[in-house]
Amino acid sequence: MYKVLKREKIVPNIHLLVIESDAIYKNAQAGEFVVVRADERGERIPLNLVDWDKNSVSMMFMEIGTSTRKFAALKAGDEIATLVGPLGKPTEMTKGKKILCLGGCYGIGALYPVIRAFKEQDNTVVTAIEARSAYLLYWQEKLKKYSDEFYEITRDGTQGLQGHINDFLQEYLRTNAVDLVYVQGCTYLTYLSSETTRPYGIKTIVGLNPIMVDATGMCGVCRVIINGETKFGCVDGPEFDGHQVDWENLLSRRKIYLKEEVYSLSFYECEKYG
Amino acid sequence: MASKIVPKKTPMRERPPQERVKSFKEVPFGYSPEEAITEAKRCLQCKKPTCIPGCPVEIDIPGFIKFIAEGDFAGSIKCLKEKNVLPAVCGRVCPQEDQCEKLCVLTKKFEPVAVGRLERFAADWEATQGESPIPELPKSTGKRTAVIGAGPGGLTVAGDLSRVGHAVTIFEALHKPGGVLVYGIPEFRLPKSTIYREVDYLIRCGVELKLDFVVGKTATIDQLLKDFDAVYIGTGAGLPWFMNIPGENLNGIYSANEYLTRANLMKAYLFPEYDTPIVRGKRVAVIGGGNVAMDCARTALRLGADEVRIVYRRSRKEMPARDEEIHHGEEEGIIFEFLTLPVKYVGDEYSWVKEMECLRMKLGEPDASGRRRPVPIEGSNYITAVDTAVCAIGQSPNPLIPQTTPDLKIGKWGNIEADEKTGKTSKKGCWAGGDVVRGGATVILAMGDARVAARSIDEYLKTGVW
Repeated sequence: MYKVLKREKIVPNIHLLVIESDAIYKNAQAGEFVVVRADERGERIPLNLVDWDKNSVSMMFMEIGTSTRKFAALKAGDEIATLVGPLGKPTEMTKGKKILCLGGCYGIGALYPVIRAFKEQDNTVVTAIEARSAYLLYWQEKLKKYSDEFYEITRDGTQGLQGHINDFLQEYLRTNAVDLVYVQGCTYLTYLSSETTRPYGIKTIVGLNPIMVDATGMCGVCRVIINGETKFGCVDGPEFDGHQVDWENLLSRRKIYLKEEVYSLSFYECEKYG
Repeated sequence: MASKIVPKKTPMRERPPQERVKSFKEVPFGYSPEEAITEAKRCLQCKKPTCIPGCPVEIDIPGFIKFIAEGDFAGSIKCLKEKNVLPAVCGRVCPQEDQCEKLCVLTKKFEPVAVGRLERFAADWEATQGESPIPELPKSTGKRTAVIGAGPGGLTVAGDLSRVGHAVTIFEALHKPGGVLVYGIPEFRLPKSTIYREVDYLIRCGVELKLDFVVGKTATIDQLLKDFDAVYIGTGAGLPWFMNIPGENLNGIYSANEYLTRANLMKAYLFPEYDTPIVRGKRVAVIGGGNVAMDCARTALRLGADEVRIVYRRSRKEMPARDEEIHHGEEEGIIFEFLTLPVKYVGDEYSWVKEMECLRMKLGEPDASGRRRPVPIEGSNYITAVDTAVCAIGQSPNPLIPQTTPDLKIGKWGNIEADEKTGKTSKKGCWAGGDVVRGGATVILAMGDARVAARSIDEYLKTGVW
């Protein structure tokens, strides 16, 4: 069992989870993830590492299904059944490049260790985060610390630029030279960003989130088609070249258990709240 | 000793097929004490036993059987445990028909002694007697071994080394110990409680178990070697193969590993009480002819399928699955489509598999494995409806350790190369055995490799000579 040091709602539906661990930090690198399981009956789910030190690891998650509902109910001192990592390949590092980093939703948290690592490697980091409205944006100060330029985008215009992230992306790429685009967020955001950068021919690295079970390369549920070839998200990824991803396949594979997920959540809530 | 030899094995009672396809409860019941004694008395107690060389872990087979024949069950299990830390497991899943029982002298005229059933009996009897006694442990040698993977091989190395006074820590990637015994082999063939009991025994013998630890990621082998004198790699064959045919990434198509891991380790058959879901298909095709394919097919039936087919490219004669497993599958109503090869899957508008295109095969000349090679029959393609398909065509070793251990010599199938006589790898202080060396083999061969390596590790720890 692993002790919860902190669970904090950062913005509506998005939570930070800090779990005690003295093993994971040693090899942890930006872009990697952990697998967590709430309790003995729980499902194994992958969450990006957003930070780590010699006593703990931190993850950001969106409350959406049974597992994340269970995590959202945790408080300091509680325990979770499984914590294993770091898993996946770390973000491929570059030196002295100009990198445009985009994040949305839980991906804003996932962006944090990556821009920190990019900055530490003397890259020029341009960070842009997106949300529907101002009250859904978070961690601006933490991100600014490692960003040379920083942008906020809201769809309703309540904070920063108004519009979608791809509106910003179009405009930025039209007027600025960029070596690499890096994107963390939901599948729609990573897809949209990749399609926006494609005509510019700028390499675009996206963090994907296919369904996983063991997350060590054993089961193959996380298979994604990259440049026509089947790869495993957990050990070959989770980051891939967005211009090579078969998005239609990824979007459909993400929905394999949609029906069961809805059923599971209503079952859990009935059991818990009657 | 019976004056006249009973020609046939004492039968083992089983749950009837119509009842068992609705549950994940174990199929065979095991012997009663009376049945066990009757069967044990069939053993001739040969002066020079022919059966023992057939056992990869060198169990004193006539020895433990004699105790049963005399009604001394405690003596029997003690004798078994001298050589085997997993008797309840091996009694159930070893292919005895190809090993000890094949070499039994009775087979010249009759059925062999039911060694496996007797082994299972002794272990199950012990489980009914409360906490099992632990052997007296020697003084600690102060040497430490890291065992990677809590599967049958890792558990055997841990047992052997702790018995001679070395400290052992097992590192397991998953949240439960047992490896393939827990994620792969279904409850109806090997109840999880059986494995946990045997692992618990090792822990009581002083073995340390670290779960949720992925060697190659959480720590590399080189990092482990700073804290340990020796490392045993028993990480199994965890990388599933796919056929690389069109449509294989449609929804509803599983690797055997995923299908079984969901059903067994994650208990998806108890969804929604357990959170992990599994597709409960109505028309299920399982591709492959081994024990894993049989496990998938029988799991699919228990998950409520109307029709489950084993699709195998050779004929029944070449099936690598144990006869007992095929027989159980037939009794339960599995349909066998031999000499058939899937070539393509077709999906519906939501990207769910709805059809499978197959090709009929015929048998040609023998190939490298000595089995006749399947050859496609031109133009024999046909289409059949499926809503779930499980690919059980084999697996190769997981690459996480090879990728992060540059001085470990790797074979062309991604397997770690290890010396047959010692289990030594190309890296000083590292041994390997089981499926990570052999590719997909059996539980007992992994345990045999582990025994060989444990001897070599013990010698190294005592002498320091590599």
